[in-house]
Amino acid sequence: MQGPPTSSRRRFLGLAGSTAVIGALPVAITVRPVEATPEMMATAIRAVTGGANVQTGKVKLDIPPLVENGNSVPMTVSVTSPMTPTDYVKSIHVFNEKNPQPNMGNFYLNPRTGRPQISTRVRLADSQKITAIAKLSDGSFWSTTADVVVTLAACTEEVI
Amino acid sequence: MPSVLINVPKKAKSGDVIEIKTLMSHIMETGYRHTTNGKVIPRDIITSFTCRFEGEEVFRADFFPATAANPFISFFTTASKSGKFDFEWIGDNGFSETGSANITVE
Repeated sequence: MQGPPTSSRRRFLGLAGSTAVIGALPVAITVRPVEATPEMMATAIRAVTGGANVQTGKVKLDIPPLVENGNSVPMTVSVTSPMTPTDYVKSIHVFNEKNPQPNMGNFYLNPRTGRPQISTRVRLADSQKITAIAKLSDGSFWSTTADVVVTLAACTEEVI
Repeated sequence: MPSVLINVPKKAKSGDVIEIKTLMSHIMETGYRHTTNGKVIPRDIITSFTCRFEGEEVFRADFFPATAANPFISFFTTASKSGKFDFEWIGDNGFSETGSANITVE
């Protein structure tokens, strides 16, 4: 097995080598990754709600306010609902402002779900606002928003 | 061969709300990353997850590049009778995996 000092030396040499290759190119091209904007998030939300009024409340979004590594962020969304055949949560949609694309997940429930709560792990490319929207069986939409500060971004880093 | 973890309670009482947790091994390559010489690494993600109980859909999710690698999902359902949960993951490049778990309802 290679010890950490050797591997970090290798990594350094690898980095130095690739930098030299880039340096040798006549024109340095910086590729700025595409980024979703709050407008793109609004468009994605409209695609789900069909322009219906989205009210604030009923939805709870649990996500750490300060994230060290955006590559895997635990997230739980829960909705206040009795989950009866006549009054239940149909779906939960999560959106972001600044990842390369605005959707984070769609989750489809039914009356037999029992408890309208889902957990998953997401990627965050930047410090931003996360919005969760729930669609209820009566056709109404409810939402909540959380701010997250991300130290190390995910999604767009270069691969060495 | 991807590995999968499925966590379903073995036993439950009728009417209990049970939690189901699944973890599927997958790179979830976003399609937004570049190699050092500027080439885009093509997207390779799982796009959909479905859980059925005795053939009837109980939960479904759409994943996006914003889903972390090795997608983890936890959700709830009401136990009504003994039977089998079937899980299905579908993704880019023809990715398709299934899993199942049995539950005994008293």
